[in-house]
Parts: sequence; C-alpha cells; structure tokens
Amino acid sequence: MTTDLTRPDVGKTTRTRLRTEGLQVGYDDELVVGADGGLDLDVVEGTVTAVIGPNGCGKSTLLRAMARLLAPRHGHVLLDGQRIDRMPSKQVATVLGVLPQDPVAPEGLVVADLVARGRHPHQRWFRQWSPDDEAVVTEALAWTGTSEFADRPLETLSGGQRQRVWISMALAQGTDVLLLDEPTTFLDLAHQVDVLDLVERLHRERGRTVVMVLHDLNLAARYADRLVAMHDGRIACSGAPADVLTEQTMRDVFGLEAKIVEDPVSGTPLVLPVGRRQRERDDSDS
Amino acid sequence: MTALADRPAGTRVPRGRRPALVVGIAVVALLVAMVLSVVVGAALLSPVQVWAGLTGTGADQTVAIVQDLRVPRTLLGALVGIALGVAGALMQGHTRNPLADPGLLGVSAGAGFLLVVAIQFLGITSLYGTVWFGFAGAGLASVLVFALASLGGSRAGGPTPVTLALAGVAVSELLIAITSALVLRDTSSLDAYRFWSAGALDDKDSLASLQIAPFVLAGLVLAAINAPGLNVLALGEDTARGLGHHVGRARALGIAAITLLAGSAVAVAGPISFVGLVAPHIARFFTGPDHRWLLPVAGLGGATLVLVADVVGRLVVRPGELQVGIVLAVVGAPFFIALVRRRKLARL
Repeated sequence: MTTDLTRPDVGKTTRTRLRTEGLQVGYDDELVVGADGGLDLDVVEGTVTAVIGPNGCGKSTLLRAMARLLAPRHGHVLLDGQRIDRMPSKQVATVLGVLPQDPVAPEGLVVADLVARGRHPHQRWFRQWSPDDEAVVTEALAWTGTSEFADRPLETLSGGQRQRVWISMALAQGTDVLLLDEPTTFLDLAHQVDVLDLVERLHRERGRTVVMVLHDLNLAARYADRLVAMHDGRIACSGAPADVLTEQTMRDVFGLEAKIVEDPVSGTPLVLPVGRRQRERDDSDS
Repeated sequence: MTALADRPAGTRVPRGRRPALVVGIAVVALLVAMVLSVVVGAALLSPVQVWAGLTGTGADQTVAIVQDLRVPRTLLGALVGIALGVAGALMQGHTRNPLADPGLLGVSAGAGFLLVVAIQFLGITSLYGTVWFGFAGAGLASVLVFALASLGGSRAGGPTPVTLALAGVAVSELLIAITSALVLRDTSSLDAYRFWSAGALDDKDSLASLQIAPFVLAGLVLAAINAPGLNVLALGEDTARGLGHHVGRARALGIAAITLLAGSAVAVAGPISFVGLVAPHIARFFTGPDHRWLLPVAGLGGATLVLVADVVGRLVVRPGELQVGIVLAVVGAPFFIALVRRRKLARL
C-alpha cells in the first residue's frame, strides 16, 4: 500500500474528475438546484474551483450533492466518469473527501485521534490500524502545523487551529479531490487567509483538486483558478476570476452595485461594494 | 517515525490514555463484586464454606445455596449489568445525547406491556414463559420506535438523534398508559408488574432468567462490530458519510444491538434505572470517547454496579432484601449528581 500523501500524477491534461449532469437537488417538494432543467458542471483535475453566490442560491446544496451527502432528484454526479451513487461508499471516500460546514467532534477527543479517523475508508474492521496509517497521520499533522496540538482535546483549540486540524483529517484521508463547504466561516480575517493558504498549498504541493464554497469574493478571486457564480440554483456564469467578477455579474447575481478594481497585492479582481449611503452621496454631489 | 512503524498492525491506542490498564482494573473490580455477590447474602457464608459449596464438598444446604442460588444470581447480575452498560453506551453514542439510556428506545415500556398481556390474557405466570414475552415486547417497541424515527428522519440516512428521542418518548408513554390501564383491572398482573417494574434479581428464578444469555452474547457481538463506525458517526452524519460510512446501516446495526442487550436485561430484571445512564459516563471518564474501549469498560462497569447494588440490597434490610433497581436509584442518584458537579459531563 502506498502512502497517500505523495503527490498524485498531475498531468497537464484537462481530465474531468468530477462532473454533474442535469443535476436537480432539493429538499421536500422544492428544487434548490437545477430547477430550470438541471445543472451541468465540470471540475477539471488539479484546479481550485470556488462556488460563489448570494445566500440561498444553492451553492452548499450543490456541494453536498457532489459529495453524495444529498441524493439528486434527477441527473447524476460522476466521479472519474463513474456514477457516484453506484460506487461503493468506501471507494468514493478514498478519492473524494468532504469537509462539512460546521463539523462536530465529541468532547475529549484529542487532535491526533481525530485526524486518525480520516483513515477510516482505508481500514477494515479486522485491520483497524497499520503503521502506514500512523505515518500518514503524523505527516498530516506536521504538514498543517498542528503536531504541537496532537495530544490536546479539540475543544481547547481556537477556531483557526481547529479548522487546520479538520483539514489535517481530510489530508489523512488521502483523497485527490476535496470538497470544502465554507471552510472560513466563523474565522477572523487572519485565520481565513491562513486556512486558504493551506488549501492553496494542498493544491500546489499535493496536486489536490479542490472545490469550495466561499462567501468572501475577494479571497475567492485570489485563491481559485475558476469561479462559479450561482443564482437561483443555476450557474449564472463561470470562468477565470477576472471574467466572472464584473460589475454586471455583481448586479445580476448579488443585486449589488460595485466597482471592480485590480487587487494591488495579487492582480486579481477586487470587489468594492457601493453601498446605498455612498450612492446617495454621489447623487447629491452631481 | 521508525518507532511508530515498529508497532504491529491492530487497534490504535488513543493518545495520552492507557485504556488497557483501565480495562484491567474494570475486570478486577467486576471479579471482586462477583466474589462478594456469592459470599454475602441472607445466610452469611465464610469464604471456606463458599469454596466447599462451589466444589460440592460442603454441607448439602451450603452446596444448594451456593450452586443453585448464589452463583446463578451472580451470573445473572453480571449479564444484566454488562448488557445495560454496553446498551447505554451505544445509545448515547448513536443519539449523541449524554442523557440517553436504553429506555429511550421504548424497551422498558414494551417489555412491561407484553409481560402484563401475557399474565393477564394468556395466564402465563412462570418466568420461563414471561421472559420471552418481555423480550418480544422490548423488541417490538424498539422496532416501532426505529420505524417512526426513520419516517421523520433524513431522506438518505434513516433516523436522526432527535427523531429517535421523540419517537422513543412517544411510544414509551403510549405503552405505559395502556399497561397502567390493564394492570388496574387485574390484581395478579398488577402484583407481577409491580415487582418487575421495581427492577430485581431474584434467587429462585435466576436459572430461568439465564435463558437470555445467548441474546446478550449476540448483542455484544453486534456492538463490537458497531464500535469503529460509532467513532466515525461521532463526527456528525455528514463527515461520517464523507468518510465512506453507511450511516443508515450503522444505525440499524446499533439499534439491533441495543434491542438485544437492553431487551434481554429488561425482560428478566425489569427496568433497572441508572445503569445504562451512569456506567457509560464513568467509563468515558477513564477511556475517553473511543468506543472500542468505551464499550467494554461500560459493560464491565455496568456489571460491577449491578452486583454491588444487589449485595447492598441484601444487607440493608436483613433478613429481607431491597430490590437492586431501588438500591441503584437511591445510591445512584446522589452519586450521579456528585459526578455531574465534580466535572461537567462530556458533550457527545
């Protein structure tokens, strides 16, 4: 068995790892995603995709369906060309990892034991723990800079440290594709950047394909190769950050008047919202 | 890393704890409790007499007391305690609710209900018969609770902790109400129900009650299979699914185990309160949240609790006896309050 932390072969291909075909997802009688004929999305190997959109646009629902946490009403999710709902769940879990929005852990669970649970898909009941697993966990902790917390209960850590530990668990799971549902919620700006730097390193150093739901558009523009803007359960537009984050998109998707300038730090688009107060002031000036 | 790589494949030992030592201490505590349970009783026997009784070399009466009364009662107490301790830990793990006990699945109410039906309508009075009705009632009630909870649960994963708790309370209350209505009509079933519902181990009927042993064993096997999955489920259903775990399958397995374990215990000994609630908390205090260690220690601790409470019950009102369920409630409640006050109970 090989160690899962080695960088997978990242060809310069445009191989699609994860794809949705005519996807329609909903709760009870209401379709939240794909109400107008289904949603199609391709996630190409070795890219970072950020799904953005206003509250209630269905971006988390889409991510949960892609992670097979929600069963689609119609359409399919394909992982490497195979229907995800027809693959054994443990097999999916060795290729596709998911970090839910607000993960829970029992009190008293120490960091190393939590990260070790990421090895679950690689274990069988009769062979619970191998030296291989131990090595992967040790490296995952070191890689995210959480080794020093290894013996501490999770609840004694700060929010930012905790999120790094959860990412360690996802790393220990050793999946090529990683889905993150708002990994930066509840974190202050410094820790948001900290977590996204970690995701970026996962992508660059480990060749992981990442899809994440993000609220902060400017951070999304910086850290993603590709933005997918959602509105009313469909994809309003997608592409490189500079193509998606336009004043027109801001108006159509978010209902927000905004100016787009170039981010002086990264060269990516920077969204500057024009609030009502600012607009009124401009009107009275003219 | 090399030192780590030398460790043989097997169960990972949780960080910063010595669970093997805890299991060892729990085994010793149970053995001590079992010895006490054989030695102490209405007729106090010396260890020499007990040994003579066990080996069949003592006076006839001693041999009869030890072999026919004390030993079966001790084995039954241990069996009931293990079953309730493990079932409680499973229940708390599946519902992620620290106040959950096996009764939440409706097993106690279901067992009581069919017990009364058997006595009142079918005229079955011997324990060899009523045990099976109690067991069947416990099973039916938990299946009903599971089905109701699944209806209200999430689309993909069956019942959720909340729907399980709600369905359990609803079914229990309904069955208890019907049972109360039935026993008020009939004195003989009222007496039997009253005695059963106090929660007791009994000298003369212990052998009959040991019929449940195979079901307890089956329940323990299912619990062992469920343990690694329960660890993953503790991270929430989404994370568990993301890790490739079949949440619905694990829930069904766990509920089957709880039904076998708690159903057996309740059928023979009545709804012994507190064991299923307290034993897992005491165990978690020493083992942490890893169910592969928590389940065995909760079982051993549950058995020790029941046996000690039974011994105390034989001593306090000599020559009479106080029923084990009552002793556990009287001693257990303050103990539990002290535990809660000393250290806040673990969130699950």
